[in-house]
Amino acid sequence: MNIRVLDLILSRLFVAMITLLIVSFAVFFATNLLPGDTASILLGQAATPEAAEGLRRAMHLDEPAVLRFIHWLLDFLRGDFGTSYANSMPVVALIGDRFVNTMKLAGITALLAVPISLTLGITSAVLRGSLYDRVVTVLLIGIISVPEFMVATCAVLFFAVYLKWLPALSFANDAHSFADMLKIYSMPVITLTFGVSAQIIRMTRAAVIETLDTTYVEMALLKGASRGRMVLKHALPNALGPIANAVALSLSYLIGGVIIVETIFNYPGIAKLMVDAVSTRDLPLIQTCAMIFCLGYLLLTTAADIVAILSNPRIR
Amino acid sequence: MDSRTTNWTNSDDAILENAVRRGATRRELLHMLLAGGMAMSAGSLILGRATDAVAATPVAGGHLKVAGFTSSTADTLDPAKASNSTDYSRCCALYNRLSVLDKSGQTQMELAERIDSADAKIWTVKLRKGVVFHDGKPLTSADVIFSLKRHLDPNIGSKVNAIAKQITDLKAVDDLTLEITLTAANADLPTILALHHFMIVADGTTDFSKGNGTGAFVLESFKPGVRSIMRKNRNYWKAGGPHVDTFEFFAINEDNARVNALLSGDIHVAAAINPRSVRLVESRPGFVLSRSSSNSYTNLNMRLDMAPGQNKDFVTGMKHLVNRDQILKSALRGFGDIGNDQPVFPGNIYRNNDLRPKPFDPDKAKFYFKKADVFGHSIPVVASEAASSSIDMAMLLQANAAAIGLKLDIQRVPSDGYWNNYWLKAPVHFGNINYRPTPDILFSLLYASQAPWNESQYKSEKFDGMLVEARGMLDQAKRKEIYGQLQAMIAEEAGTIIPAYIAAVDAVTAKLKGMEINPLGGMMGYSMAEHVWFGA
Repeated sequence: MNIRVLDLILSRLFVAMITLLIVSFAVFFATNLLPGDTASILLGQAATPEAAEGLRRAMHLDEPAVLRFIHWLLDFLRGDFGTSYANSMPVVALIGDRFVNTMKLAGITALLAVPISLTLGITSAVLRGSLYDRVVTVLLIGIISVPEFMVATCAVLFFAVYLKWLPALSFANDAHSFADMLKIYSMPVITLTFGVSAQIIRMTRAAVIETLDTTYVEMALLKGASRGRMVLKHALPNALGPIANAVALSLSYLIGGVIIVETIFNYPGIAKLMVDAVSTRDLPLIQTCAMIFCLGYLLLTTAADIVAILSNPRIR
Repeated sequence: MDSRTTNWTNSDDAILENAVRRGATRRELLHMLLAGGMAMSAGSLILGRATDAVAATPVAGGHLKVAGFTSSTADTLDPAKASNSTDYSRCCALYNRLSVLDKSGQTQMELAERIDSADAKIWTVKLRKGVVFHDGKPLTSADVIFSLKRHLDPNIGSKVNAIAKQITDLKAVDDLTLEITLTAANADLPTILALHHFMIVADGTTDFSKGNGTGAFVLESFKPGVRSIMRKNRNYWKAGGPHVDTFEFFAINEDNARVNALLSGDIHVAAAINPRSVRLVESRPGFVLSRSSSNSYTNLNMRLDMAPGQNKDFVTGMKHLVNRDQILKSALRGFGDIGNDQPVFPGNIYRNNDLRPKPFDPDKAKFYFKKADVFGHSIPVVASEAASSSIDMAMLLQANAAAIGLKLDIQRVPSDGYWNNYWLKAPVHFGNINYRPTPDILFSLLYASQAPWNESQYKSEKFDGMLVEARGMLDQAKRKEIYGQLQAMIAEEAGTIIPAYIAAVDAVTAKLKGMEINPLGGMMGYSMAEHVWFGA
């Protein structure tokens, strides 16, 4: 690895840090634009002006917004994520389990979806135009077009309500054995795999086709390389950048975008936590969740960029 | 009996069971059935089923799983801050109140042995002996004083701060006796203390995550927004105690997912299902509907201090334009009672049942609208998912208005922020009021001139005077008369239309027995865990 590569990677990491800061400010600003504050929302219909004022003072919500943001940011940098406004529990305690659950769900889905998608993408690119390729493409378009809540609801109706094979709810914390795991995770994972892999397959197929059409692959073929060697040794390394990007983009969705799956299967993950936090205007919790989502996204895209940098012979 | 041969459905069963629980006689019930076109022989069978469901011998044991309909990180075990069915359900299992309401709305004693007063101003509460908290500490008057005082502290954020403000002094007489002094006489105090928020916690409690109460269940785990698990309190002071061994409560916010979870056997109770899901539950064997009494309403508010409500004729016209039958049948699928434009719920002992709802009369409405000169204008009406069924009601109203040439502009706004931004503020908008056990609370909250939630800005000195007069009265008959007049005044003069009172419908597995109705809300006023059991 030379200085140039290191330089590129470091500058990517620097950009990531700046992005985090900007996101935290944007989220804070947006939260403040929402009508009502924690005090009035917690009191709900019972929010008489005096009651709301009293609660606001007790929660230090009467401080200026900018001051609250700076306090939060300084605490965050010191590793103190603050206390939830809604129930005065430490944010870390609220997020703890649910973050682990989200990572588990995302991890299992990635383990299943990525190999399947890559295999399907590469093979359909190699066999472009064949019956196999056309069947895969048609199925994919079908899957992309069905919204996630529909897949999830149909799965519940079929496997839980009618067949009674699987539970309709996925309580991650109830998984004590491998069989439990299988039961609890199968429906959410299948639903997510449907949504995520279609994207990866399409992008992989396009990227591989593009490299297969280049002159150097043709050259390799003319020099007598076998078809398998041509794909794996010559075409694939050059398609790695775009493929890594597609995988990163799809997986980043698994961290924050699984709200529908969490809602339908009652899966205790972090996306629903963020929705709760927004509806109670619970700033410390919103900010911490937003940081996690943003960090996950940045980690994945940065990793994809680094893969692209390393796989690019021109700068390697 | 094969239910397919008739048009008899589970929802009819639920209505009938409701009637049985309210104490209807067999003769009355057979009348109901005959009115429904049911032959006498089939009627007897159905009736047998309904009475079976009500009376049976409790069985001990089992793990009860209940899914509510709302849950978030704001879930709390602090009774003062409890704000919805989820919080109430947990609090009812963990804590007790001084008094409770029974199925007919009468006040019964729970932690208190007696709550007495000679003048309705100074009250003496005598506590039950031998009650202990989960941590072993015996219940004393200090606990009660601490629990009640919390509501007065604005920093706590108690939901009943406004009601509790009438308490000026709390004094312990001895270990088991205390004295409550009010700013002014209020004969309703024993009923007020039956509200969920007035649950008794241990003296000095600041950490509510343990749920240390005197209630039927002991907390095992509680995760806000996820779920809680409780186990039977072996030292419960009530003889017999709860029937089930463990009680698990969580919420499934999505309506279809909640029903599916019930149908697949993952849960035993799906609380407050959408009327649209009723048929789905009915079509499957092994599940029943439990219809609670009508304990909330969605109303249309026209502010009397703003156009177009400023014009009395517009308000009268709207009262005639509302088709109450249609709203009850289609928007609420029959789960409720027709409303007569005043807030005292059906079944309350003070309700004025002689007060007739205004009939649906488009011609009369047209006459009043012409007088008010509102034709040719488009009148904005604000509705939202936040006020349940208000969008459906608004649509029905719009259609009826269009038929006589009046243009209503229905503005559908998001639930988030509705109570802050639109409710009480927009000239014509929908509101949603939950059960309150006494007319006094309803009137002082909603219709007195200085009421914090005076939805239509109704002001009447006569009304205010009569309200204060009735509050201190210990003579029930006299009070009933005054409250009756106040209800008539509201129905006639205020700018609020209450088309129907809404009943909550819980879907329950048929194995679960002992569910009853309670005026405080669905799931037996949220206290079902203590009372139900699993039958064969």
